[in-house]
Amino acid sequence: MVGSRAHIRRAKILTWVALLLGAGFAGLPVLWMVASSFKSNLEIFAYPPALIDDSFSFEAYLAVLGDPAQLRFFFNSYLVAIFVTICTVVTSILAGYSFSRYDFRFKRVFTLLIIGVQSVPPITLMIPYFGLIVWLGLYNSYAALVLTYMVFTLSYAIIMMTGYFNTLPRDLDEAVMIDGGGSFVTLWRILVPISLPGIVSVGVYTFMLAWNEFLFALTLTRTNDMRTVPIGIHLLMGQHSFEWNQMMALSVLGSLPVLILFLLFQRYFIAGMSAGSIKG
Amino acid sequence: MKRKFLPYAYLSPTLALLAALTIVPIVTVFLYSLVDNVIINQNPPVFVGLDNYAEVLTNRKFRGALSNTFYFAIVSVIAHFIIGLSFALLLNTRLIGNKTKALFRVIYILPWVFTASIIAILWRLLLNPHGVINFVLFELGITQEKLEWLSDRDLALNAVTFINIWAGYPFYMVSFLAGLQGIPDDLYEAGRVDGGNSWQLFRFITLPQLKPIIISLALLDFIWTIHQFTLIWMTTGGGPMRSTEVLSTYTYKAAFSSHEYSIASTLAMIILAICTFVGVFYVRNQRMADE
Repeated sequence: MVGSRAHIRRAKILTWVALLLGAGFAGLPVLWMVASSFKSNLEIFAYPPALIDDSFSFEAYLAVLGDPAQLRFFFNSYLVAIFVTICTVVTSILAGYSFSRYDFRFKRVFTLLIIGVQSVPPITLMIPYFGLIVWLGLYNSYAALVLTYMVFTLSYAIIMMTGYFNTLPRDLDEAVMIDGGGSFVTLWRILVPISLPGIVSVGVYTFMLAWNEFLFALTLTRTNDMRTVPIGIHLLMGQHSFEWNQMMALSVLGSLPVLILFLLFQRYFIAGMSAGSIKG
Repeated sequence: MKRKFLPYAYLSPTLALLAALTIVPIVTVFLYSLVDNVIINQNPPVFVGLDNYAEVLTNRKFRGALSNTFYFAIVSVIAHFIIGLSFALLLNTRLIGNKTKALFRVIYILPWVFTASIIAILWRLLLNPHGVINFVLFELGITQEKLEWLSDRDLALNAVTFINIWAGYPFYMVSFLAGLQGIPDDLYEAGRVDGGNSWQLFRFITLPQLKPIIISLALLDFIWTIHQFTLIWMTTGGGPMRSTEVLSTYTYKAAFSSHEYSIASTLAMIILAICTFVGVFYVRNQRMADE
């Protein structure tokens, strides 16, 4: 191949240009969010705009972290997301085990039901949930959020968990069964320990979905001490005359848990996703 | 005998939850849609059959919301596909070192990390008339004035669609990356031996190999975008003058602003019908990939 060196050089330069353009598209808005969280509210729309200006300070962060009402949003979000994650992981392990290891009469119907739940719009369920949750006496409670979030986390979790269990050879559990262990023992002693990567990816994904939920948190809670982070940002927007720097600081702080989880577990997570929810 | 019931026992928590929180509510909302005077109302409920559907389907506001929803969803899905696949191909190239690629992958995934309400507030800052995007466009000579991206009737729908595009492409990118790594190298070698150029390799090997993923993603994304609520609610609230009103914001307002629960339930059933229609293709495609 004549002139292939020059050809590769040109391809390399083009790739770099494309990579940097893409990085600007994806990253600059985020950079601006972080930069704005360090400005004073007066400098937010300064002309000409600067990434870092004289007003650089941690004041917006101190304001958010020093406000018990806003800290409460974080407490609520963590509490709800952790509960949803634990309940979803346990339930999906049981369901995934059933789908992966047993043949039963309604298996096909139930599989379709679980895949189908993914296409049910939350807005359709919102009106009956409102009535149901009030009727159960759970309006404005954590339980209301945990229960309703699970409807949407569970179907992904079960599909991912079943996919993971399917990759493990059946000989493993059959050996234990022959030795006299029951199916329940087999599941918790053998399958669960070796499925840890799958369980972690289910857990991380569930936590992300729960942390980000908006519609049910908006309609099923009423008082500010029950609001989660996404609703807290919504409230800040409505209240005082746009404290942009504080909203950006709250956004940065509110995104950190998911960002950290993602960076720590991205390998498991991407592998779990491709093995489970989306098949190719 | 006992073994026969085991799979059902393991499934029982899931089935109980799904029955109580999807099947019962869907039946309830369907019944609401056939009745007038539901929930907050002094008068007893009256059965009206399909009258609510006739009322909604002939309403101009509904048709506006429907066409906005489809515009929003179709443009988003196409753009997600193009950007997601381009970024995945860029990150899959052999011309760049692995460490560099890992760094860029994290940057490209960033929008995915943020929840919709944070994305909404961030773009309200960026797209503010006095914001940085107007400044850059003005300095580059692309625009002559400060545009009101989110409060101009002619711009708002495209602006929220753009925000949704930014927010949603990483899911495609991640899935395509996994898919690209699953394509065996032999296929490309055979293609090169046959004298195929890079476009032909892409067109006749990469695309067909990714087809099942593309279909799954596009259908799932279409469903998600059809019922996207948070992003629009927190950027424009459906305004100005209903120019960004989509089915979900319209339903929310019918229920919680005007307390027309029968109409809201009817709208909720229509959204469900659209999503179920698309969902049927999704389930079929998933099953085919399974078997």
